[in-house]
Amino acid sequence: MFDAPQIGRSVPRKEGHAKVTGQALYVDDVMPPGVLHGATVRSPVARGRITDIRFDPAIRWDEFVVVTAADVPGTNAVQLIMNDQPYLASGVVNHPEEPVVLLAHPDRARADDARRHVTIEIEPLPAVFTIDDSLTKREIVWGDDNIFKSYSVSKGTVDDAFAGAALVVEGVYETGAQEQLYIEPNGMLAVAGPGHGVTVWGSMQCPYYIHKALAGLFDLPLDRVRVVQMETGGGFGGKEEYPSMIAGHAALLAWKSGRPVKMIYGRSEDMAATTKRHPSRTRHRTAIDRQGRLVAMDIDFTIDGGAYCTLSPVVLSRGTIHAAGPYSCPNVRVRARAVATNAPPHGAFRGFGAPQSLFALERHMDTVAHAAGLTPDEFRRRNFVRPGDTLAVGQTIHEPVNMGALLDRALALSNYRAKRERFARENPGSVVKKGIGLATFMHGAGFTGSGEVHLASSVAVEAARDGTVRVLTSSTEIGQGTNTVFSQIASDALGIDAADVDVVQPDTAVVPDSGPTVASRTCMVVGRLVELAALAVKHALIDAGLLRVVYTRAEFQAACERYVDRFGTLRETSRYTPPPGLRWDDEKYVGDAYGTYGWAAYVAEVSVDTRTWEVRVEDFVAVQEVGKVINPTLATGQIEGGVAQGIGWALYEDVVWREGRMANAQMTNYIVPTSMDLPSIRVHFEEVPYPNGPGGAKGIGELPMDGPAPAIFNAVANATGVDATRLPLTPERLMEQMEASIA
Amino acid sequence: MIPLDRYELVTPRTLSEALEELAAFPGSRPLAGGTDLMVALEAGTLAAGRYVSLLGCPELRGIDVTSDGVSLGALTTYTEIRRSRVLQSDYPMLIAAASETGGVATQNRGTVGGNIANASPAADTPPALLAYDASLELMSSEGTRMVPYVHFHRGYKKTDLQPGELIARIHLPRRSLSRASRDYYRKVGTRRAQAISKVCFAGTIRLEGDRVQDVRIALGSVAPTAVRATRAEAALQGNALTPAALAAAEEALVSEIAPIDDIRSTALYRTRVACNLLREFLGDHE
Amino acid sequence: MPDAAIVRVTCTINGRRTVLEGHPIERLLDALRHAGLTGTKEGCGEGECGACGVLVDGELVNSCLMPLAHVEGRAVTTIEGVASDETLHAVQAAFVDCGGAQCGICTPGMVLAAYDLLSRNQDPSDEDIRVALAGNLCRCTGYQRIFASVLEACRRSGR
Repeated sequence: MFDAPQIGRSVPRKEGHAKVTGQALYVDDVMPPGVLHGATVRSPVARGRITDIRFDPAIRWDEFVVVTAADVPGTNAVQLIMNDQPYLASGVVNHPEEPVVLLAHPDRARADDARRHVTIEIEPLPAVFTIDDSLTKREIVWGDDNIFKSYSVSKGTVDDAFAGAALVVEGVYETGAQEQLYIEPNGMLAVAGPGHGVTVWGSMQCPYYIHKALAGLFDLPLDRVRVVQMETGGGFGGKEEYPSMIAGHAALLAWKSGRPVKMIYGRSEDMAATTKRHPSRTRHRTAIDRQGRLVAMDIDFTIDGGAYCTLSPVVLSRGTIHAAGPYSCPNVRVRARAVATNAPPHGAFRGFGAPQSLFALERHMDTVAHAAGLTPDEFRRRNFVRPGDTLAVGQTIHEPVNMGALLDRALALSNYRAKRERFARENPGSVVKKGIGLATFMHGAGFTGSGEVHLASSVAVEAARDGTVRVLTSSTEIGQGTNTVFSQIASDALGIDAADVDVVQPDTAVVPDSGPTVASRTCMVVGRLVELAALAVKHALIDAGLLRVVYTRAEFQAACERYVDRFGTLRETSRYTPPPGLRWDDEKYVGDAYGTYGWAAYVAEVSVDTRTWEVRVEDFVAVQEVGKVINPTLATGQIEGGVAQGIGWALYEDVVWREGRMANAQMTNYIVPTSMDLPSIRVHFEEVPYPNGPGGAKGIGELPMDGPAPAIFNAVANATGVDATRLPLTPERLMEQMEASIA
Repeated sequence: MIPLDRYELVTPRTLSEALEELAAFPGSRPLAGGTDLMVALEAGTLAAGRYVSLLGCPELRGIDVTSDGVSLGALTTYTEIRRSRVLQSDYPMLIAAASETGGVATQNRGTVGGNIANASPAADTPPALLAYDASLELMSSEGTRMVPYVHFHRGYKKTDLQPGELIARIHLPRRSLSRASRDYYRKVGTRRAQAISKVCFAGTIRLEGDRVQDVRIALGSVAPTAVRATRAEAALQGNALTPAALAAAEEALVSEIAPIDDIRSTALYRTRVACNLLREFLGDHE
Repeated sequence: MPDAAIVRVTCTINGRRTVLEGHPIERLLDALRHAGLTGTKEGCGEGECGACGVLVDGELVNSCLMPLAHVEGRAVTTIEGVASDETLHAVQAAFVDCGGAQCGICTPGMVLAAYDLLSRNQDPSDEDIRVALAGNLCRCTGYQRIFASVLEACRRSGR
């Protein structure tokens, strides 16, 4: 009979054995004979004209492969959205660390060292380093006006609503850049040549992004380019679009030399030169009525995109759509823009604009609550969106969301009310002040609007003669559990054991394009396609009369054998179709922005040592409704990891900028939490199955990034009375604020 | 990193061999646990040249208890410090400092001599050594000399080590502890573990009645070297711990530290925290 | 590299007598990986992340900070030596079952740090575990499943 259903069980990680024994192969673990090591010579200044490139005669350059922009066979621009970012600077540089020259040598140390012997002479041009500078347009550093993209969302009549409002509350909130700090740095191995084409292996989230990029770089047809994902040591968005750059670099060196080339970034280089989370500034103006209900929200949202466009328009989009949060408000305006500065381009990082706008919103909601004389939770309760309400972009919520119940659960689990009372009593006499704060929010799963339709993802499932099944997708395992979750989904659909399902290594020569591994879409969107393709395999066997509706594993194997012998390959492909009833207008930016949302309420308890202004998170509760939990251990791991990154972003992770360069590009100086810095993170799931997700699942990967920072800041405000509005809240900044508030 | 053939690493078997190496090749540098130098190697900033590994020299190891006090071999690791009974009972600030330095892996290899020689103003152990009135036994092929640790650091990354010299042992004078003695060590870092300090405070105090009989205060990360806060000590010596005395001590402390703004913190923060730690040390529960 | 600069260092790796060849100041991390033991990872090269952790004479060290010359005559245990033949060590099995590994890059170093802890302390408290793992950075898990894995390993080892 059927094995027990795999969905809902904590099936152990499929590649867990390989990972705990050190057998899992990451790109730097592969050492092909004759491989050359690549290194990148980068711009020392933020902006300027390249006047000369000089090679120190003390180095034996004949031992090296040297590549510049002149060596690019095809188009010297990374294919993404605006194709404005060159692989190698030519003529001008627009940010510190911009790649200019590539070197390769059989000895890695010599390749690294040779970088210091190439001098790039640059005539500096005035550079722009802040959002404000960019907006003044005193210096235009991109396009005509320094604006990569802007959006304007409008619901109701905001200006009229402000006119008659009982109370108006304003606030300005800023967030800093954040480095993804995957513990495995970016790395690629390339083999390339006019005869063979280009093949790269490496650390990545999106094989098909690289595939398309390399085809453009080398002016090759797509079938002459092959991209293979190796075990990838963390991504978090930092390996969404950036890998196209390093893959292109390794391939250019391989193309020129005829030898395999491996390029592995050093940690400092990776931190300084690759993408980070977009810094942001949000202005809120909020009107409420005498009952504390939201009447109007006017939101101005700006993100700093760095020197080139990369994914800024999409980050801006998501930030814009999430800017008004899980609240019902009849009049909302969001004006948003992504601006150019001369920093290394910012890019994808878990949450992708939503953590920035939700930080501002959830901090502001506490300030509004306070002005209205309501507690943070009561104010939110009066304003939560309910089924039938519309969000700011005009999306009517049909799913049975119950934010009030989620909030209640979070408050109960965290002992919120009792603690708030106790802290209020005990803080006045105490050097260490304690506080508790909350944040309520949602996160849309899948690509925005018509994005999934444009991706047109597909998945194939193949049954072999021996009854084992292969799942072919381009979704990558980067630690989040793709392989395991897909096995569970496929095995349940087929009524077999997860051990009989093999999720094939993503290789563009083998797997179809299922879209990128981003946007919390892998389980929900691609997993659903896996489910459909697996069901199609089952139905093919049943329709061929080889399998009854209810069958054993042995019968399944026998059916596969007979099918393959009689008909050949048993392979079914599923292709994305949007759920019925979703409507989105790309031009007006109105409609059903996401198929569904994860909904959450987080509570943070903090202690603030008033001698050192250090903030510690003492306890953390994360409650979320995520559809169906496919694998509790993996899902819990996602929330815990996301919360940890959120805590890091809120309190510790400060990117120190000097003239557009990250000055603290070392793990010693860029501070992520250690095991000693994090509390117990208590995770609770509510399950309300989402009909269009596999087994009812929604996407969850990014949701946990949105809540921790505002919850922590709200807790600090509760502990100290100080309303910090700038992230990260380092002890130095808290000290400044606390001393200012005493003065 | 730079190509490794620009380095030489020799591995003498005894201290005298090591000293001969240092004498014979001026400019050669000792290598102990490697927790500082190997970071520079990877970063490409380790100067090319000859390095003398000291790890094979047994004379530089061991924690010896004598009638005068305790002497630690320069190669004593942080883990060895943490496990030492005599240090736990009589020199607890060294235990605290060793526990705060890196994680287990760093503590297994990092050495107290290497830490002192590396001369980072943010190092965790120097303030404790200053507060314990440590002295250093320096050796070269010419002989041995003793230097009070308080005179060893001459300026930012400048020590009193002469060419051919290395730190052989660290001497701690015997302590006369009573119930009225208190040791206080606190490091304020960028996070709870694996952190470089923003302010590091080490203080010992002994009261007689309500008066300060004996006080030593030392700080790290607030000056180009670790500092003994002698003016703050003088403001406290012989006095009761009244609000006025505390205020005077604080004012004195501020006058003898010179914190800076850097990528980790600010001068103002360091100053404020140093003063707060002073008050915490002195038992001010305001 | 000139032959004169190369040394041959004799040590035991995972119980087997091995000769590692390289420059004496070469990082043990690189010497191990060039010898085919690629389970030990480089995450930072600064001794901050612990991904390069190995045991030398039973003590946890960051192999990115250890010169090859220092391993002469010593016993090294890498991640490849933790399991016995085909049987996972209790720590490894617990990591698989309790979700202690996500992307897996910190896992070898983390397993060795846990292995090191349990060899010294068979009944660690939560605080003991946090302190023992403080030198191992993980960006995926928030450490929670790792703590759970270590506790489970203790439980299975009969405590």
